[in-house]
Amino acid sequence: MNQTLKGRVHKYDRDNIDTDVIIPGPYLKIHDHKELAKHALEGLDPKFPEKVQAGDFLVAGSNFGCGSSREHAPIALSQTGIRAILAPTFARIFYRNAVDGGYLLPIEIDKETVKKISDRDELEIDIAYNTIRNVTKNEQYPMKPFPELIAKIVEAGGLMKYRP
Amino acid sequence: MTITEKILARASGRQQLSPGDVVFAKVDKVMLHDVSGPGVIKVFSEWEKKGMKLEKIWDPDRVWVTEDHFVPAADRVSAENVITLSNFTKQYGVKKHFKYGLGQYGICHTLSHEEAMVLPGEVYVGGDSHTNTTGAMGAFAAGLGHTDVAYVLMNGQIWFKVPETMLFKVEGPKPAHIMAKDIILKIIGEIGTDGANYRAMQFAGDAVKKLSMEERLTLTNMTTEAGAKNGIIEPDETTFAYLRERTDAKYVPVKGDEGAEYAETFTIETARMEPTVAKPFSPGNISAARELQGTELDKAYIGSCTGAKLEDLRAAAKIMKGKKVKIRTEVLPAAQSIYMKAMKEGLIEIFMESGAIVGPPTCGACCGAHMGVLGKGEVCISTTNRNFPGRMGHVESKTYLASPVVVAASALTGRITDPRDLK
Ligand code: SF4
Repeated sequence: MNQTLKGRVHKYDRDNIDTDVIIPGPYLKIHDHKELAKHALEGLDPKFPEKVQAGDFLVAGSNFGCGSSREHAPIALSQTGIRAILAPTFARIFYRNAVDGGYLLPIEIDKETVKKISDRDELEIDIAYNTIRNVTKNEQYPMKPFPELIAKIVEAGGLMKYRP
Repeated sequence: MTITEKILARASGRQQLSPGDVVFAKVDKVMLHDVSGPGVIKVFSEWEKKGMKLEKIWDPDRVWVTEDHFVPAADRVSAENVITLSNFTKQYGVKKHFKYGLGQYGICHTLSHEEAMVLPGEVYVGGDSHTNTTGAMGAFAAGLGHTDVAYVLMNGQIWFKVPETMLFKVEGPKPAHIMAKDIILKIIGEIGTDGANYRAMQFAGDAVKKLSMEERLTLTNMTTEAGAKNGIIEPDETTFAYLRERTDAKYVPVKGDEGAEYAETFTIETARMEPTVAKPFSPGNISAARELQGTELDKAYIGSCTGAKLEDLRAAAKIMKGKKVKIRTEVLPAAQSIYMKAMKEGLIEIFMESGAIVGPPTCGACCGAHMGVLGKGEVCISTTNRNFPGRMGHVESKTYLASPVVVAASALTGRITDPRDLK
């Protein structure tokens, strides 16, 4: 996988950011992706969609995306422009949805790394070498490599485009 | 191998599997509802734009559909979602579509056992995170998102990373007023809401053996709240007897090997368990009901796949019989069949006589969808499974989670009440 991602950080240093916060229940009946983006992370920061520029990253605490299986969650976040989420752990369905739908990359980093990254930092993520460079602070961090099958699905751009 | 590993091995055509292996497994049953269904259909329409048209689904007889989250239609959008769903099942020949107002229907995780949609040893996936519930039938049951479900509808299989299994041995006699809900809240309180992330939670022990099928389903239902991939219980005579009343379908049950390896084993003693409540805003934030005694409430809610099965209603009615509720109390049976049974047993009358209202089966306010959502500052005690901020309505409302008997007792006093303290 040969890919470098560049973008700015939006940091929400909180564990268990759940899907009800990412996209509240009443919006579940909406299936228009653009419309969903307007409510992304509404439970935590209603201004969030306006802050994001295409290619940005979200940095958060453990168990990101816990709660329901709503694929609305990674869709809404990705439609705001978020390209990757960096967190120590992800809830499994959120992780699957993000990867299999080809919406955004769930990248696992350790808790120490979360502490080192600040809101608004600029990062360069090198997927091939599993490293993250903090351009603002001139630091480098490791990221957990994707398991083999997941790396292939990511590379294909989602499960539907992946051929076993 | 554990039961989870054995089911996945069988479904992926392997002799041996270990936790961490990633396999493509054949799926036996797949479920869609009025929220995930339109989401899945949307995925298909996106694919179609890219030239991948869905001509037919892999096996319409293995697909079943229910309407539960936004029925009765909460507004125009929900009404249209149900139409979309009906068009889809018609177009692809899915016969098992439970429709609101047309005979049996109800919450997906209730119909899955009530209608014996899923059988022991099967691989079952659904477009809903509480699909885990059905693992109590001895099946591998896990929730998936829209893209994954769409993939299953096309290919009849999907990838799984074989989870490690955490074994929870629940032992000892169960004191009066202790329900499966107390046991699972206790466990989540202990291991945390990400305590079982990516893992299987398996329940065993003599206390689980003695639990009825419906009570077992409460345990597996809330494995989702601990982040588990699946919850599971090895099938036994209770499972088989429950199924005999509902289906003639054949199945080959699976049990774990004698020497199966578990990532962790926990022993939970029930003898001294207390009626338990999860405080806002996490199902892991537990307390004894008595410690919260006196917490003022605005509303009691008896509903959802977790807490509105027939036995849940029976337990609540037993407490409420002949008494009056002090706060708004809503009872929403989890399926039409359960509503009917409750009516024939006189439970509905008990609820209504007490002053509570009985509504149609629906997810309703459990996910803050409609039918009694909470307003700003409102405090509710509920038999449901989640109490995140805004889960049942306004972000500044509060939900306490508890068993049907604790909710019923609290409805009678208007404050959080341990049923043992009722006069
Ligand atoms: S009742 Fe609640 S938990 Fe159960 S399926 Fe419906 S929304 Fe989900």
